Amino acid sequence: MAKARIAVHKFSSCDGCQLQFLTLEEELLQLAERVEISYFVEATSNLGDGPYGSYDVSFVEGSVSTPDEVERIRKIRDNSRMVVAIGACATAGGIQALRNWGDLQSYKTSVYPQPEHIEALPTSTPFSEHIRVDAQLAGCPPNQGQLKYVLSSVLAGVQARIPRESICLQCKRDGNVCVLVAQEQPCMGPITKTGCGALCPHQERDCYSCFGPADTANIDAMGRRFMGTGMPPGGVVHRLRFIYNWAPQYREASQRWLDHAGGFRTLPPAVTVTPPSGVQP
Amino acid sequence: MNDVNRQAEFAAVGARRVDVPILTRVEGEGALHVGLEGGQVTDLRLRIFEPPRFFEHFLRSRTWREVPDIVARICGICPVAYQMSACNAIEMAFGVEVPPPIRDLKRLFYCGEWIESHALHIHLLAVPDFLGYPDAITLAKDYPEAVRRGMHLQGLGNGLLQVMGGRPVNPVGAVPGGFYRAPSRTEARDMLRKFREALPLAEQLVRWVGGLQLPDVTREVTSVSLRADDEYPMNYGRIVSDRGLDIAVSEFGQHFREFQVPHSTALHALLHDEPYWVGPVPRLNNNLDRLPPSTAKLLGETPVSWPSQNPYHSALARAIEIHVAVVEAIRLLESYGTPPKPHVDIVPRAGVGYGCTEAPRGILWHRYELDDQGKVVHATIVPPTSQNQAQMEADMRASILENLHLSDGDLRLRLESGIRNYDPCISCSTHFLKLTVERR
Repeated sequence: MAKARIAVHKFSSCDGCQLQFLTLEEELLQLAERVEISYFVEATSNLGDGPYGSYDVSFVEGSVSTPDEVERIRKIRDNSRMVVAIGACATAGGIQALRNWGDLQSYKTSVYPQPEHIEALPTSTPFSEHIRVDAQLAGCPPNQGQLKYVLSSVLAGVQARIPRESICLQCKRDGNVCVLVAQEQPCMGPITKTGCGALCPHQERDCYSCFGPADTANIDAMGRRFMGTGMPPGGVVHRLRFIYNWAPQYREASQRWLDHAGGFRTLPPAVTVTPPSGVQP
Repeated sequence: MNDVNRQAEFAAVGARRVDVPILTRVEGEGALHVGLEGGQVTDLRLRIFEPPRFFEHFLRSRTWREVPDIVARICGICPVAYQMSACNAIEMAFGVEVPPPIRDLKRLFYCGEWIESHALHIHLLAVPDFLGYPDAITLAKDYPEAVRRGMHLQGLGNGLLQVMGGRPVNPVGAVPGGFYRAPSRTEARDMLRKFREALPLAEQLVRWVGGLQLPDVTREVTSVSLRADDEYPMNYGRIVSDRGLDIAVSEFGQHFREFQVPHSTALHALLHDEPYWVGPVPRLNNNLDRLPPSTAKLLGETPVSWPSQNPYHSALARAIEIHVAVVEAIRLLESYGTPPKPHVDIVPRAGVGYGCTEAPRGILWHRYELDDQGKVVHATIVPPTSQNQAQMEADMRASILENLHLSDGDLRLRLESGIRNYDPCISCSTHFLKLTVERR
């Protein structure tokens, strides 16, 4: 059987996600035995059939933030059997999606003396807003173990099942002292997707949600808990508008908390569970 | 309001202006356009079209504690450099002096980044050029031991970053004032064993790279780096050049100027209106007397007379700096005792702070203005690649004139390897150039 041909593409990003391939160290050589690394500008001067060659799996890093990038991702989609989006930028717009909340022109003029030479879209968005994506892997950067798992699943033709529960669960299993309970640090762990290995509490600090929202996150409850540490509602907005600011859950919740901070409206009441009738509490 | 701040900043730094705080994105694709006419270079443009991400803009209104987590995202390969320059600047703004054990931890952290970044660059990016391969994977078929040794060293650096920051890309351990957590004695002992085992590998690497046939060119250019009183520079020191510059980190804006060129989203920088060079060779040139004795001895055995004006010696300088970092990490780990507190407590106050550290590819300069709550009012970041851009263009211009006899294909390979000497950033450096040559 012919080896699968894979491609790695960079969009608006820091490069950290594709670096997760290059820091596989010796496993990178094993990977090259199993698949044909056909197009990966960071790794090889052999450019296969070019950026728009026909590949089995295209890994895409970064967000879509220029008109040119909109065109590029469409062409890549047309020529790839599968497209796998890796990282926070690719799956949620990344930290640079903070510009989506403001006015692009003011951004350009504050950074560049001649903004007319700078071509950029007003927003930084994930690939899923532009094309159909076959698999997504969260994380800033994604976990190498998960990356290998997704790659193996894709090659085996099965769907990768990435856990979507809160990182809090692993953190507890690891036996870390809770930085929120014990130290009143505004840890985002309860509303953050698992995958990193609970790095921040291991380093005795609060999580800042670089893996994005967990599936069943109760964000408003988290915000209320942060207020209990003395944080104002505006601080909650700040916490949500960080690496994953453009993920729909954080985006909507941050707007609710912003309105709340501005005194425009109160937050929805805390959810109370009513037992079904006939069941004694 | 922005203009008012900028004017105030210019007034503060004196007559020479730092035009505008600009952060360049250079990790993606670039291109080199060359126009030749009658054996003369009529047009040469190193184009960088990495989309801008506006970090300096959205750093504003963020609190001091968030800054290291944000700036790490500027560069996936050298997040430690970004975090350390930012932490140093914020510590200065708040008037915080970190005690020696925490300074040592910062240096240890930096050793990890130098080792992983340099090992990656030498093996995955630079050396395939010199041995005629398209990449490290095919290189490994003929030179399996050399590539494995390189990847082992890369893993050693990554392992140290993992202990101190949780992960090598976007580590989470650093905070202004020090670290959230210090390594345990068991972790330190374990690292020490690995580093001692790796020392002979670092020596072999220097000899191997020293034995490669590297092009012999000379570029008359000013070497700029940090220089410290008593150590090979990483986190601290004054900004010096081999032509007499010797200034405090806070005086950068009076001597260096950044400006925009239409063909690039990265800014160019000049020192007294001239191109200059930052990175491992300039660092070594300016600090030959600051090497650990065992590295100095090894350096004496290399077939190069230092200081060097040959950009192709960059690969060797990186190998030498891996040796420096391994030797330094061993020294720091041997004397390691878990500090009572891994960071100094910060009390925010309004002020301005500057930080400059030696990223693997050259000095990385930060300036922050913070308010009394410790929120960022203004941020300026000058990365090494934008500082090298003018020199890269000058170097390429010279290379073209030296190699006019080459075919377009060979000329392209030559220029590509020449650009890679500067390690502009990983994603662009492997197939950096889409060279178009117009010959008339």
